[in-house]
Amino acid sequence: MIDIIKTQDLHFSYSTPDGASPVVLDGVDLNIEKGSFVAVLGHNGSGKSTLAKHLNAILLPSGGKVYVNGVDTADEAKLLDIRRTVGMVFQNPDNQIVANVVEEDVAFAPENLGVPPEEIRRRVDDALKAVGMYEFREHAPHLLSGGQKQRIAIAGVIAMQPECIVLDEPTAMLDPIGRSDVMRTIKQLNREKGVTVVIITHHMDEAAQADRLVVMAKGKVVADGNPKEVFQDVEGLKAIGLTVPDTTELMYQLNQCGLDAPLDALSDEECAQALMKLLNP
Amino acid sequence: MALKDITLGQYFPGSSPLHRMDPRTKIMGICLYIVALFLAKSMVSYGFLFAVLALLVRISKVPLKSIVRGLKPVVFILVFTAVLNIFYTPGTHILVKFWVLTITLEGVRTAFFMVIRIMMLITGTFLLTYTTSPILLTDGIESLLSPLKKLRVPIHELAMMMSIALRFIPTLIEETDKIMSAQRARGANFETGNLIQRAKALIPLLVPLFISAFRRADELAVAMECRCYHGGEGRTRLRQLKYHKLDWLTLTLALSMCVIVFVLGKFGL
Repeated sequence: MIDIIKTQDLHFSYSTPDGASPVVLDGVDLNIEKGSFVAVLGHNGSGKSTLAKHLNAILLPSGGKVYVNGVDTADEAKLLDIRRTVGMVFQNPDNQIVANVVEEDVAFAPENLGVPPEEIRRRVDDALKAVGMYEFREHAPHLLSGGQKQRIAIAGVIAMQPECIVLDEPTAMLDPIGRSDVMRTIKQLNREKGVTVVIITHHMDEAAQADRLVVMAKGKVVADGNPKEVFQDVEGLKAIGLTVPDTTELMYQLNQCGLDAPLDALSDEECAQALMKLLNP
Repeated sequence: MALKDITLGQYFPGSSPLHRMDPRTKIMGICLYIVALFLAKSMVSYGFLFAVLALLVRISKVPLKSIVRGLKPVVFILVFTAVLNIFYTPGTHILVKFWVLTITLEGVRTAFFMVIRIMMLITGTFLLTYTTSPILLTDGIESLLSPLKKLRVPIHELAMMMSIALRFIPTLIEETDKIMSAQRARGANFETGNLIQRAKALIPLLVPLFISAFRRADELAVAMECRCYHGGEGRTRLRQLKYHKLDWLTLTLALSMCVIVFVLGKFGL
């Protein structure tokens, strides 16, 4: 597999007015494969958002390197190429919508890239259909719900035709319906359009939906692998202030009581089946 | 107080020819109209311009009531202008002389025309904002002023700022509403007290509002950069402004309106 993003011994620290320079990223080595669906999980202050901002050159490393499609993000001449390849969606949909009309907002990125008007129209329509917001194209964004606004923001990034989308806690400000809509949209993009997805989150259930889970703590990657494997280390995750999905927690508690429950029963279905097995041995 | 109910600008959505016209045509048309207004010197030319305006209002289908409502805030200026002109225009036909105040026929005449002129000017510009959405208006201004880019006037940046400001008005209004509720829940009082007390009560509202506006601005800037924004250079637009037959016709008519008024003036009318 080809790596679309690669970080090598990535360090980042910022300077505060009182002269201190807290280390936010402390040697992160990460390869993101093309077409994969990666979740980055971490507690507040674990450096996960800072990591995200390095992936499309919003922040530049204080040490180490970040490569996007083999291009060093510190290469200023390639800045637009990097940002066009890796799109970014943020937490607050209100603060990333630029225009007064939905379709104008989605058109913002292609407009910046100097795409011809007919092509912009095609891209905007495609992007809005991909997130299921086509019928709202002439609405004013401020009259939409949080989940709808966030899908508009995603469409605004898709219209750029990126190879990878990084989403920094895209569901943190949404209600449950908005959250599941956004997650469904993201998964669809990954499965159907082959867009690489990196989702930064602190929701366990969202992390569990990924193909690969990267856990961060104190600026370091502390676990990396399939969600099923990663969540089995219940004590390890709890030690860094994270919880595990409810299903895993249930299995863990049963194990503590001396039962032999499988910790990798992650989905509700698997969990139910594992319970059935325990009840009818 | 429901801050949400405040209408944005004064745009009346519609599909009249005036609505469909290119915003640039309307802006130029209004400018020509203002020129014509200042060229007008007599009852005849004012009558002519008034007829043009009435016709436009009719075509635009903007309710007369909203135009009258729009004129209300300028009543003070109108009265002020009228009073100044009545008393301070020198003339030979003295109507009333009282202490140091003199009212001349010329004064009354000037005052009358002045008031009519301001009213027509305001109604004309209202027609522009009533029939043009703020985005189109911004696009039109950007396009019309774009020759100034050669003189390094940051036209694109100004237009972008204007459209972002428009975009954030509803967001900030909502935010104000929220902060007000939060402060009220802690016993803040925005409604009673004298002017100074009320102004003071606004501080706990304005400080968080400003802080949040700066935070938003910061996040928006990053989001815009993520979407490859790098200024106006090489930027294309989804919606291209285009002149149609209607626009050329309107511009021709607007120009002839100016010429007619000018010629009328030459004949002392």
